[in-house]
This record gives sequence, structure tokens and C-alpha cells, in this order.
Amino acid sequence: MKRPSPDVTATPPTSVAAAASPAPPPAIGASILSSTEPARHCPSIQGSVVADRIYRGAILFFALCVPVLLLLIFVEVGVAGWPALRQFGFGFLTSSTWDPVKENFGAAPAILGTLLTSIIALVIATPLALGGAIFLSEFSPSWLRQPVSFLIDLLAAVPSVVFGLWGVFFLVPLLRTGLMPFLRDTLHLGATPFFSGPAYGPSVLAAGLILAIMVLPYIAAVSREVLMAVPRSQREAALALGATRWEAITGAVLPYARTGIFGGIILGLGRALGETMAVTMVIGNRHELAASLFAPGYTMASLIANEFAEATTDIHLSALMAVGFVLFLITLIVNGIARLLVRRVGEVRV
Amino acid sequence: MSATAADRGHPESRPRASGLARRRGVSVVMVTLTCIAAAIAVVPLLVILAYLLRQGAGALSLDFFTSMPKPVGEEGGGMANAIVGTLMLLGIASAVGLPVGIGAGLYLAERRGTRLANLVRFLADVLNGLPSIVMGIFAWQFLVRPFGHFSALAGGAAIGAMMIPLVTRTTEEMVRTVPQSLREAALALGYPRWRTSLQIVLRTALGGIVTGVLVAVARVAGETAPLLFTAFGNSFWSTNLQQPIAALPLQIFTYAISPYDDWHAQAWAGALVLIALVLVISLIARFVTRARHGGGHD
Repeated sequence: MKRPSPDVTATPPTSVAAAASPAPPPAIGASILSSTEPARHCPSIQGSVVADRIYRGAILFFALCVPVLLLLIFVEVGVAGWPALRQFGFGFLTSSTWDPVKENFGAAPAILGTLLTSIIALVIATPLALGGAIFLSEFSPSWLRQPVSFLIDLLAAVPSVVFGLWGVFFLVPLLRTGLMPFLRDTLHLGATPFFSGPAYGPSVLAAGLILAIMVLPYIAAVSREVLMAVPRSQREAALALGATRWEAITGAVLPYARTGIFGGIILGLGRALGETMAVTMVIGNRHELAASLFAPGYTMASLIANEFAEATTDIHLSALMAVGFVLFLITLIVNGIARLLVRRVGEVRV
Repeated sequence: MSATAADRGHPESRPRASGLARRRGVSVVMVTLTCIAAAIAVVPLLVILAYLLRQGAGALSLDFFTSMPKPVGEEGGGMANAIVGTLMLLGIASAVGLPVGIGAGLYLAERRGTRLANLVRFLADVLNGLPSIVMGIFAWQFLVRPFGHFSALAGGAAIGAMMIPLVTRTTEEMVRTVPQSLREAALALGYPRWRTSLQIVLRTALGGIVTGVLVAVARVAGETAPLLFTAFGNSFWSTNLQQPIAALPLQIFTYAISPYDDWHAQAWAGALVLIALVLVISLIARFVTRARHGGGHD
């Protein structure tokens, strides 16, 4: 009477339709009543329970890989940087000596350089990205929206090293011969400490500019999505009250989208802080932070990229790891904040 | 009180009219400014692509794809080893990143709303913003230092880890778009859960997941920083996974910061090939998405 247990995997139905077809309608009622049916199905049900457990265990395992990976990065980089952090203490963050020969390390210029270049990038990129996003979501004719959005998104797909290559051979010469003399002499900004000094080309300003181009698509994309998600009624209500098109944006749309846009900007900040290759190629790599944006400098990421392969002593290596650890912590916090902001907006909408 | 009422009743009182004109003027100016901002936002890409084409096209030839790098001063030479190296690294990265990414994405979609799922999703987003150089030094510390030598495996694993958050999030999004009724139908027909997930839900969402995977591959294809201290680069032909391996982005970087004009030309050609690779993968991704929306060939 008993058939060999019909294993689930033995005859896999390839689709819902295939699974449905062999079961004729009358069989449903019959199978419930028939005493032989449960016996026939039991092994397969048990098999599928085991398989379900395996499947659930597998996806749980893969899901846990994400936190484990982050924890592993935290521990590995932290442990490797610990000797330097212990030896130099808090001074590691505030001292501006970086002397591999005397084995004295302080990362202040790199940390400040990272913050400075990122701020320059945001100051330049935010108005452009936000303006562009407002245009695309509010004013653009619909035939223009798709291609322009695509082009801006495409900018995010350009590899960092290509930005760097372009920076070295196009942007830096342009700065040296054009923009820097223009800012310093023509606009007489040379009187301020920020735009004074010789125009070498590779500089904090060059790094800030290239970062601005690189983070622009991120801020624009998030802002555009957030603006698109603002309900139509919000705009219509403002317009119906007599607001001009611009007043409807500032009065009704932007306040609604504020948190999300802010999240997008912070996300851009996170990108700018950690950007490595392009910055390394144009910033000039010097362990001093001058007031002038025309002077070369360093960022944390470019410091690591530049010196890691040449680090011969343990403490030098550890100091670079410690810089990486500090960078990791800063971006962790910045990205965490950004995600919380963008997430909250997303939850309100959906 | 009567005075204010009278004021209100005067629609063409002067300050109001000029106020409206001013407001309209401001509006027109600001709308124009946003238009200009959008135009400026597009300029960098066009400038970069145009300059890249101008500089790179001259140095690009069939030779570039088939021959090895030549020493400074010798004419010609190519990046055959770097192109093969990049493809191999992408293969390793996919082997590392795809199972984890897709598995974690399935978990997030199926266990939606649980505390662990929320935590994993948040951490995946944070991981997505991890600086690539930090991934580089981590991979060095974890996969290079203990073994004592640079290797293709370490480089591939490093960029594979960078794929995980992207693949996870797209998989989750795509699986969520599969109608619940489809899942219920499969379960009602007696399909076990795992089979429902893998054969019905995942298969329905496959087009979108493929798109996400391609986008992730395109993104890590140009990554340089994680490879600096892991794959390390190699000026010779090597397909040994245990040995340092050449990669296009690394080669571009080395050539770009060198003082030689020949090498600069090679760097431009390499950049052109790299960006073509990235764009082709991105366009295929778009095509896959469109095909999925277009038709039920299945």
C-alpha cells in the first residue's frame, strides 16, 4: 500500500501552473477524507520542514554576515591602530607633527584637511545639486527630466581614479593658469589669507572642487527622490492660496522635504570624507595645513593611500591604521545620521 | 477697525500690486536659477567624457587589448594583463558578494519589521558608505598580512565585500515588489516555503535583482583604493589567484602619477576602456530592467 516516499526534490514542479495541473479538482475533497493521503504526504511535509529550516538558517546566516563584517572591520582596524593610539594618546588627533623618521605621529593636518575639503565640496555642490533637483522635480518639462536625471546619475558611475586622472591633467592646470590667478589677482581675494600664496595647482582647493563634482550626483539623486515624494496636494494648496511658483516651493514643498534633503547632504558629506583616489591625485600631499586653499594638504584617506605601502616601521603602520580607524568612526557616525534622516522621511511617505 | 476693513477692500491698493510684481519677479529669477543649476550639474560629466575621448582615443588600438605593458620609452604596449585581471577580480568579487547580498536581501524582505532585519538594513546602509580605503586596509590586515603576500583573492574579496550592501538592498526592494498573492498562491498549492521563496518569489524578482547586481559590479569595477594593498597590481601576466594581479584602475593610477608622457597616454586609454566597461554594464542593467517591464517571455 505504501509507496516510496515522494521526495520533494525528486520531481520538481517548475512553476505554479505545473504544480497545479496534476491535481484534479475532485481530489482536493477526497484527499482530506481519505485516510491514505496524510500518510502519503507526511514524509514530504517533514522533508519540507527540514528544508525550510535550512533555508531560514541560510538566509539568517547571510544576513548576519553584514553586522559581522562591520564588527570585523571595527576590531581588525582598531586593534591594528591601537599601539599608535595608545602611544600618542589624545595628541594623535591634535598634534600636527607627522615624522616617520623620529616616529612621532599626529594626524591633525589630515583630519582638518579632510573636514576642510569636504566642506568646500558641500558648499559648492549643495546649491547646484539642490537647484538641479528642484528644477527636475518641479519645473522641468517632462521630456527633459529623464535624460538630465540620467546624465547626473551617470556622473556617480564614473570611477574615482578617472576623476583623479581628469583632475591631474585638466582641472589642476586650469586652476594654476586660470582660476587661481583670477581669484587672487582679479577679484583681489589674495588680500585674505584664504586665497593667497603661489598657485601651484595641486591644492586643497583642487581637492574640494573635484569632491564637489563627485558628491553632486548623490545629493541631487536623494533630493530629487525626496521632492518627488512630496504630495501634489501640498503644492496645489500653496498655489491656490496665491503663492507664486517659487513661494510654493519654499513655503510648502521644501519644509515638507527638509529632513530628507538634509539627509542627502549628510550622505554626500560621508562620500566626501572617505573619497580616496581622486583626492590623493590632486591634493598635493603635504603634512601641513595652511590657511590658504591654494596650498597643498592631506586628507586622512589620501594619507593612508600614499604612505601605507611605504610604511616600514610597525608604529608608522599602526599610525596609518589609527588614521583609518578615526576615518571609519567619523564616516560611521555621519552615515548613520544620514540614513536615519532619509529613513524617517521614507517612512512618512510610504 | 473700519479702516482696516476699508484697506482690505481695496484690491488695487499700490503696495499690494507692486508686491505681487516683485514676488512674481523673484519667482521667475529663482526658477531660472534652478534651471541654470541643473545645466551646470550636467556640465562636468560632459567635459570629463569629452576630454577622456580626446585623450584616450589616440592611444587606443587593438594592441592595447592584446599586448603587455612595455617599459618607458618603447612604443606601444597595452594592458591585456590588467583587463584580464580586472575581469578575474570581478569574478571573485561576485562569488563573494552575490550569495551574501542576495541571501541577506531575502532575509530582509521575508523577516521585514523584525528588530534584527531593521538592524541589518541599517548596517547595510552604513556599510554602503564605508570609505573604500578603509575596506582596503581592513582587507590587508585580514587577508594579506596573515598570509604574508598580496593576492588576487584578497583584492577580489575586498571589492566583493563592497558589493554586499548594494546587492542586499536591491534584492530586498525587488523581492518586496512581488505581490503577496503570488506567494500565497504557491503556499496554498502546497509549495514549501523555501521553494516558494526561491522558485516563485526570487524568480519573479530576478530581472530587478540582475539589474542591481550589474549596477554593483559596475560600481566596484572602478574601485582602486581597496586594491592598492590587496591585489597590489602586477606588470606581468598572472592569473594565479594566490599572487598579486594587475587591475585596470590600479594601472591607470600608477601611470597617471608617473612622470612619463607615454604612460600618461596609456592611462588615458585605460580610463577610456574602464569607463566603457562601466557604461556598458550600466546600459545592460537598464536594458534588463526594460526587458523585464516589457514582457512576459517566461
